[in-house]
Amino acid sequence: MNASGVLVGTLLGAALAAAGALDAAFAPYSETVPGSAVKFEMVPIPAGTLEAGGQKVPVRAFWMGRYEVTWDEYDAYRADTTVPVAVGVRSPDAGGPPRAADAITRPTPPYADEYFGFGKGKRPVIAVTHHAAMEYGRWLSEKTGKVYRLATEAEWEYACRAGQAEPGPLGEQAWTAENAEDAPQPVGKKKPNAWGLFDTLGNVAEWTLDRDRAADGYTTRYPHPVRGGSYTEDAKAVTCSSRRLSEKAWSRRDPQLPQSIWWHTDATFVGFRMVRPVEEDENLKGLRSRVTRESP
Amino acid sequence: MSDESRDDGKSRRDFLKVSGATLAAGALRVPAVHAAGSDEIRIGLIGCGGRGTGAVTDALKGASGVRVVALGDAFPDRIEQIQKRLLEFGDKAAVKKENTFVGLDAFEKVIASDANYVILATPPGFRPQHLQAAVAAGKNVFTEKPVAVDGPGIRAVLATHEEAKRKGLAVGAGTQRRHQKGYLEAVQRIRDGAIGEVTAARAYWNQGSLWKKDREASWSDLEWQMRNWLYFTWLSGDHIVEQHVHNLDAVNWMMGAHPIKATGMGGRQSRTDPAYGHIYDHFAIDYEYESGVHMLSMCRQIDGCEKRVAEDLVGSKGRAETSGERWAITGPQPWRRREDEGEVSPYVQEHTDLIASIRAGKPSSELKNVAESTLTAIMGRMSAYTGRLVTWEEALGSPENLVPEKLAWGPMAVPPVARPGTPA
Repeated sequence: MNASGVLVGTLLGAALAAAGALDAAFAPYSETVPGSAVKFEMVPIPAGTLEAGGQKVPVRAFWMGRYEVTWDEYDAYRADTTVPVAVGVRSPDAGGPPRAADAITRPTPPYADEYFGFGKGKRPVIAVTHHAAMEYGRWLSEKTGKVYRLATEAEWEYACRAGQAEPGPLGEQAWTAENAEDAPQPVGKKKPNAWGLFDTLGNVAEWTLDRDRAADGYTTRYPHPVRGGSYTEDAKAVTCSSRRLSEKAWSRRDPQLPQSIWWHTDATFVGFRMVRPVEEDENLKGLRSRVTRESP
Repeated sequence: MSDESRDDGKSRRDFLKVSGATLAAGALRVPAVHAAGSDEIRIGLIGCGGRGTGAVTDALKGASGVRVVALGDAFPDRIEQIQKRLLEFGDKAAVKKENTFVGLDAFEKVIASDANYVILATPPGFRPQHLQAAVAAGKNVFTEKPVAVDGPGIRAVLATHEEAKRKGLAVGAGTQRRHQKGYLEAVQRIRDGAIGEVTAARAYWNQGSLWKKDREASWSDLEWQMRNWLYFTWLSGDHIVEQHVHNLDAVNWMMGAHPIKATGMGGRQSRTDPAYGHIYDHFAIDYEYESGVHMLSMCRQIDGCEKRVAEDLVGSKGRAETSGERWAITGPQPWRRREDEGEVSPYVQEHTDLIASIRAGKPSSELKNVAESTLTAIMGRMSAYTGRLVTWEEALGSPENLVPEKLAWGPMAVPPVARPGTPA
């Protein structure tokens, strides 16, 4: 523990230097989800290098959500009636003409029970699409004036590893098929990693920004990577390098065509968390999902 | 799904090669009694909205040798939409313009086409008439649930069931739980005594509100109602019939029976804007089976409330809990199952099963079961709307015909919200 503490301290120092002109200290903070009393916490992740798959990927400093986004947070977004449910549709409370094509939208009403009998509150959001997680980030950004988005895969894995060669005992840190009793668990009940992040391993697998696929302009529904494994998987599949790609089967029981672009019917093992870059990568600025109902 | 690749150019070439080289080895899956090609499934779709489009796709994925030959809808924009959405299936779903039909009589034209597998996916109020016409014309049918909205509709559907049996026609119903592995195994275990004697049952479909379409100036009353069909009892049967029928069907299936009476209540507490027609937003019904077992049924479409879509069966030895994703039996023979990631969608499986039954010359019929489950829901609604105890015979024999005899684009009044305790 001591050794890792030193490593963290060193990296943190470097990150603070990188943060440079920032007014606020590069420190943990909490913020209230706009329009609600719900708070979320952000943890500083120092700049450094991800060593994975024989590659060395530089990673800039950023903040990452201490916890997976909970239903309490997500439902505040869903309840924002100033935001329309689809592009071109007038929002109930906004008045005026329908919003422009790049307007932020919010989820359509889910069919049946979007929490699949698992409960809500401090449990992580489940079975929302990549598009939905991306739009949540845009909404939170607009409301707070800060950039919030999904982590790139490199950022995600780097933060998960937290500068450690080996994670501690998995059972102390992660909800997996071996201890979760077939259900996603309230966030923050296990031990955090060395950088203070809870549930990166297990509980719900987490959507990432999927930077590699930005070339298609984010116009297709699939595939996008989720990371970290989930409560449905055995311990061996719950690692910082665990990676799965989304596919059509995740909505196989959505009987409508087009299927929902907001809700999966068969992905109760998927959720997400937000990051906030200290200094945004030029290539990631303004990135957003362009998935529509007609997208393949 | 890999099924989609079955008919790409590559696999077609493979098939030709194989069938040419190894006919004797039995490479063809066509039953020997049919000449090759005679078992082609030709879909005629009536109702080209989201579910109709989904159902056609499910059928195309569910079996090979399936083609779409005719499309019908009340509205032209629906035909345009579905044609675009089926493009990915290429030739299998390329329907010529002369085989697309628009209007309130579009169903007759689809049925008169060379389709031999008619999919009914309009609002449920039209179902008895469409079922009757399809079976009269000798077509196999896949019908969405529910199959009627009132007693007269159910009587017509039961007569159609008898006619389909006489003619050897297959009728599948969109009660997909009956084609889902978890449900099939749970029901088998219940039948085998895993929970002992059933002493009570519960059925739930509690969720939030659903979509509605804002009225456009050019729409007549009838068009507005049809495009917002959920909210009018003559079209949907109310949400207890349109949606909760799934859970009532599951319990009837597990019980191997339908209830014989219902005492229910309900109301319109939250969704009161006239844009939502005149249906209720919640029901709670006490059903009783002939065995004396009661089923508590609850359904709700109100935002911000507890949700649950599931069934419970309480037995003398244990309990069963079933839902679309998870099934569990507790008691001396405990058992759990979660919907596997590799599972075939039950919406695809129901077509696979139906088409297989047609090709095997053993046409399956689910019409009686779905008619009884639909009437179960109707009986509950009748009790909630009137405040009276309603028996199975009263519901089945009810003279109350909710569907207008003649329909024409134009004015159409919205019935008042039902008030229990007041004379009908």
